[in-house]
Amino acid sequence: MMHVGLIHYLAVSGALFALGLACIVLRRNALLVFMGLEMNLNAANLALVAFSRYGGHADGQVLATFIIAIAAAEVAIGLAIIVALFRQRSTVVTDLLRSLRG
Amino acid sequence: MTAYDAIFWFFSLALLLCGVLVLISPNAVASGLYLVLSFFFLAGLYVLLQAFFLALIQVLVYAGAIMVLFLFVVMLLDFQESRRWWHGNLLGLVGAPLAVAALATALLPVLKQSGALAAIPEQWFEGTLENVMTPVFTRYLLPVEIIALILLAATIGVVVLGRKEKQP
Repeated sequence: MMHVGLIHYLAVSGALFALGLACIVLRRNALLVFMGLEMNLNAANLALVAFSRYGGHADGQVLATFIIAIAAAEVAIGLAIIVALFRQRSTVVTDLLRSLRG
Repeated sequence: MTAYDAIFWFFSLALLLCGVLVLISPNAVASGLYLVLSFFFLAGLYVLLQAFFLALIQVLVYAGAIMVLFLFVVMLLDFQESRRWWHGNLLGLVGAPLAVAALATALLPVLKQSGALAAIPEQWFEGTLENVMTPVFTRYLLPVEIIALILLAATIGVVVLGRKEKQP
């Protein structure tokens, strides 16, 4: 069996990204869609950290730190929007929130 | 198979299993808790990659703060959830792995040609606090300041969004 290397980490990262994407596309609950987005961000972080480790420089991990900071801001805004939406419409099911569709 | 490999496979399989459970769990609270668990396993992978600082941040900020906010909102909103995760949408189930596979096919030749995949590097990067934070506060000082502004904007935005509408 092959020893674990960069390609294995990238494969796990890709699989996690696919799961997050499936979560975004398949689930009807806006909060679950948001959780899928978080999985995507974490898959990107894993790839960045693996590149940083195997490439021998700090940039990947610095970028991953920035992504975590941005994700915190993004989650706060997104959840505020979802709460405001729920107050207006009393639902978080994305299929029912289509007043912009005309 | 070395101990390192065994730990890697344990963490990554557990991570992906938790990811699947997030996707198919009928209960939003359970999904959130599985996501927290998957972040812990991801922190384990970071430790394997010697990214100790990021592993700490992952547990403290992601699992500890962001996901708690998530679960707080899930429990706050009393929504009717649909019991099913599958709505006969074949496009998403096939499309998501397909999109990732397409991306991988596009990127793998580039990676192979650059030699990044050819195993052992001359120098390994240790993700200690000092090694990660020194570039953050020297070379990347401007992005840090911009992130501070973004966080401030996000805070103000959330306060504005969360305000009750005044009744005329």
